[in-house]
Amino acid sequence: MALKKVKGNLERIFDKNLTDLVRGLRNNKDNESKYIAQCIEEIKVELRQDNAAVKANAVTKLAYLQMVGYDITWAGFNVIEVMSSPKFTHKRIGYLAASQSFHADLEMLMLTTNMIRKDLSSQNQYEAGVALSALSCFVSPDLARDLSNDIMTLLSSTKPYLRKKGVLMLYKIFLKYPDALRPAFPRLKEKLEDPDPGVQSAAVNVICELARKNPKNYLGLAPVFFKLMTTSTNNWMLIKIIKLFGALTPLEPRLGKKLIEPLTNLIHSTSAMSLLYECINTVIAVLISISTGMPNHNASIELCVQKLRILIEDSDQNLKYLGLLAMSKILTTHPKSVQAHKDLIMRCLDDKDESIRLRALDLLYGMVGKKNLMEIVKKLMVHMEKAEGTTYRDELLLKIIQICSQNNYQHITNFEWYISVLVELSRVEGLSHGSMVASQMLDVAVRVHAIRPFAVEQMSLLLENPYAIFGMALGSGRPPSMIQVLYAAAWICGEYCTFLSNPKKTLLGMLDSRMVQLPHNIQSVYLQNCLKILAHLLPSQSKGSPVTANLLTNGTEDGESDDQPDQNVDEQEHSAVEPDKVNLAEIQDFLKPFISSEELEVQERAGCLNNFIKCYVKLESKGQIDDISELSEELANAFSSELNPVAVKAQKKVPVPEGLDLDAWINDPPSDSEEETTETTDVFVKTHTAADFGSTLTEKKKVPEPTEEELGKMREARKQEQDLNPHYLKSSSKPTNSKLVNWSDDVPPIEKLDLNVPLQIPALASSDKYLQESKQKSSKTKKEKSSSGKKKKKKKTKTKDSEEEEDVEIETETVHVVNTVIEMPEGATLSDTEESALAFDDPHRALDIDLDIPLDTPPEITKTKASRKSDPNYIKKSKEKPAEVEVTNSETHETVEVEASVNSIKKTKSSDSKHKSHKKHKKKEKKEKKSKKTDANDDNLLIEME
Amino acid sequence: MIKAILVFNNHGKPRLSKFYTYLTEEMQQQIIKETFHLVSKRDDNVCNFLEGGSLIGGADYKLIYRHYATLYFVFCVDSSESELGILDLIQVFVETLDKCFENVCELDLIFHVDKVHYILNELVMGGMVLETNMTEIFTRIDEQNKLERQEAGLAAAPARAVSAVKNMNMNLSQQIKDIKLPDLPQAIKDLKF
Repeated sequence: MALKKVKGNLERIFDKNLTDLVRGLRNNKDNESKYIAQCIEEIKVELRQDNAAVKANAVTKLAYLQMVGYDITWAGFNVIEVMSSPKFTHKRIGYLAASQSFHADLEMLMLTTNMIRKDLSSQNQYEAGVALSALSCFVSPDLARDLSNDIMTLLSSTKPYLRKKGVLMLYKIFLKYPDALRPAFPRLKEKLEDPDPGVQSAAVNVICELARKNPKNYLGLAPVFFKLMTTSTNNWMLIKIIKLFGALTPLEPRLGKKLIEPLTNLIHSTSAMSLLYECINTVIAVLISISTGMPNHNASIELCVQKLRILIEDSDQNLKYLGLLAMSKILTTHPKSVQAHKDLIMRCLDDKDESIRLRALDLLYGMVGKKNLMEIVKKLMVHMEKAEGTTYRDELLLKIIQICSQNNYQHITNFEWYISVLVELSRVEGLSHGSMVASQMLDVAVRVHAIRPFAVEQMSLLLENPYAIFGMALGSGRPPSMIQVLYAAAWICGEYCTFLSNPKKTLLGMLDSRMVQLPHNIQSVYLQNCLKILAHLLPSQSKGSPVTANLLTNGTEDGESDDQPDQNVDEQEHSAVEPDKVNLAEIQDFLKPFISSEELEVQERAGCLNNFIKCYVKLESKGQIDDISELSEELANAFSSELNPVAVKAQKKVPVPEGLDLDAWINDPPSDSEEETTETTDVFVKTHTAADFGSTLTEKKKVPEPTEEELGKMREARKQEQDLNPHYLKSSSKPTNSKLVNWSDDVPPIEKLDLNVPLQIPALASSDKYLQESKQKSSKTKKEKSSSGKKKKKKKTKTKDSEEEEDVEIETETVHVVNTVIEMPEGATLSDTEESALAFDDPHRALDIDLDIPLDTPPEITKTKASRKSDPNYIKKSKEKPAEVEVTNSETHETVEVEASVNSIKKTKSSDSKHKSHKKHKKKEKKEKKSKKTDANDDNLLIEME
Repeated sequence: MIKAILVFNNHGKPRLSKFYTYLTEEMQQQIIKETFHLVSKRDDNVCNFLEGGSLIGGADYKLIYRHYATLYFVFCVDSSESELGILDLIQVFVETLDKCFENVCELDLIFHVDKVHYILNELVMGGMVLETNMTEIFTRIDEQNKLERQEAGLAAAPARAVSAVKNMNMNLSQQIKDIKLPDLPQAIKDLKF
């Protein structure tokens, strides 16, 4: 038996080691998985051996297989076994495998607690070191709780190596076991002043991570960090500290003022680009946080922008990238400074590096103005043609829309140009933001009254020639995203159908049988807007036909039409219609596929339209002219009211009426004991109401009540209400300076199109034309300006531009006016944003602990110098008996006396001038009327920094 | 925080993967694949930063990478890390590898992935930068290697002799060896901490 064992061990010497495994893998490239399966079998055998070396060898191989993508948690017990080996060599292997494969949810971790504890207190610092490295990867809440004290002990180890690792480990402990933060914090703070620079750096690192998510709790440490910043030469640490200050300054503007000078010095003196860059970043953060009262404000900004320009002009792409990134931060607050470097940014748009182009795009929105918008957009469009890869194209599209639509289309002088840009965008293949383009079209058409005729004309072209524009993609497979543009086109044509030059043609274009292939949401918009166009057409058509009796207006009502049988369709088909009129029978024919659509919404609307036509045809065949005209007028009226733009979040802001509890059950919830049958009906009812609700929502317009009297009453009431409502936008209030360009002269008349020739649509306006026009015009106006400068000022630019800008851009004409009034419920503002707190699952939520509140049972460490600084109680105590207390500034050893009357501190032994300046400072603070206690505390911080 | 450190070759074969947050092996492989896809199609003369891939975390994350001969070294970091600092850390990592393996090449990483892990553990711990000073890093690694050699067992005496010689070699090489690494842009050299 013993012999067998020895023999077994001998055999094991010839086991594969890691090198053999890797070599084998390389030799078995074709049947890798088979080879690995074989290896795993061998490993399993090896793991059953008693020899520790054999086991360790097996675990090494497992760690490799993990990297290649194999789950090795099944060997967890063996890994733990190897971890517990007395030999460092094996231990290291075990911990490596554990760090690669273990995770916090593993129950096996329970077994490791004591072993890790033993290793942490090992005489050999490297044993503790490997344990810490691995533990940092898989620590669980339980391990964190059980081992937090052992880690704390490591902080006072004599070996800097262990202190360093212990400090970093603390952060992981905090994340998993937030309760550890409060008692451990004073110790952590001590480590900021550790004699070993590595430990110092680690402590800075940990506190920066903590403060990044909960900065306000770490304001008290500002003086310590300030001292470190001015004394340390370790760039790694400096970067971290400077980044931390960037996070702290928004909370304490006075800190920012103190920072500016040393940071500027660093910017001037450092040769390390990384440090320079972080300094600039923090200076920017400071300048953003202090809005007023900075004497050298502009100088600092200029310095930053100058330095960034150097970065951007550097041949190193990395510096260029970062320079642009920082520029975008300045742009938000100091656009003027960045605009001075427009040339540079425009050059970056042509860079060969996509990341750099993207960053330059981010800056673009600050670079545009009325004068250059068209040119910049033109440039982007050219880029889009050349660009490879859809992501970059999509980004370009988003940017074009962003720069055009920013600030209520502030920079657009000619909306015809914008509409044609949008139309051109919709013809670019492979873009994925179709609904965005569509919503822009809708927005412009709704808000810019004067553009409607032009928009309708362009949109009707889109509707009539979808194949030409969207290619053959319509029929095959998934429709392209850009097809959503048809949604906007249909709606605009329907809503503003009075502007249609040939409504009948548009109507028939919309009812093309191939439209069944469109996405359902577009189909239903099509049908609804067919009804609108029809409502517009019929009144004119009905005049001159015979007269008689009654009305059956049920056709417009939703829902009912579903239930009615459609047998009569065929009979009505043959009713004769004059050639210049809309052929209703033809339309009914077209409707057939829609009526049998599987989509509820489409089916319902088609049925509704169909029934209305039926009703109309019936009346017509009976010769009841009066009723027909009444019916058609009634229908036209139903769609006649103006739609106003509503702010995005307006719905949310509508106050809940008093006495309405939205959370209360309307009907008592079904009890558990209820039978299945009732449940199913419940489900049915729910879906039904949901569909109804959806239909009313998507129609965007209330379909009026069926009977005539009710309709009339409602109209009366609405008119009255509109008269009384000061916020109501009357359609009569048309902008006075609607147009300067007579578009109808420029645009060639719509010609008959052959659908088989899909490439060119003659009447589709080209955005280039407007660019040319504007160029000519600008050269003209320049000449004019010399003679009559003031004339142009009458243009309604005031609504959108600030005074200064008006002076600068005086010569650019605004062709159209944007309706900036948006319907909002009272008390709501556009800037209302959603609360953006830490994400719910962010472990840092639990670490939002006020570290200045003393512990219930403060451990002795809280009495150390470091912790006193931020302890409010400490100051309070000294206030009661004004004694001389030595505080903090270890370098100068200045004594600080607490002045009970003003509750603030002045330096007694410092020079007179300092004293005075401090008093001034105090006065300022008094003005700020902050609570006295915090004042005293903050002053304390600031004094330390002086 | 550093979220992950990946090393793979020009064909996307992983040579080292270290994830500081738990992900299943399947996800890890997917991330390596996606990262390779993102990184490999970039020219060598473009910048070394990439907005994070969808797999490895949201907008806060960046991929910072360097390409040395046949290997890509990719660090996935969040906004608390300095971009240029991490680039420099990659350089430190590679130079340390070069020192430990004496003219490192891909084969060293292929056959000694465990050693590469031990070296990395002296630079980064749990996603936080542990040490950036090359001399300090090398001392720690060397001392641990010594420990291992002491444990090498029966042939302790000769092994020690060999290790002493090796050690001498190493010390020598440490002083003499001129680190010649590919693609060392001038701007980065200036950043030397």
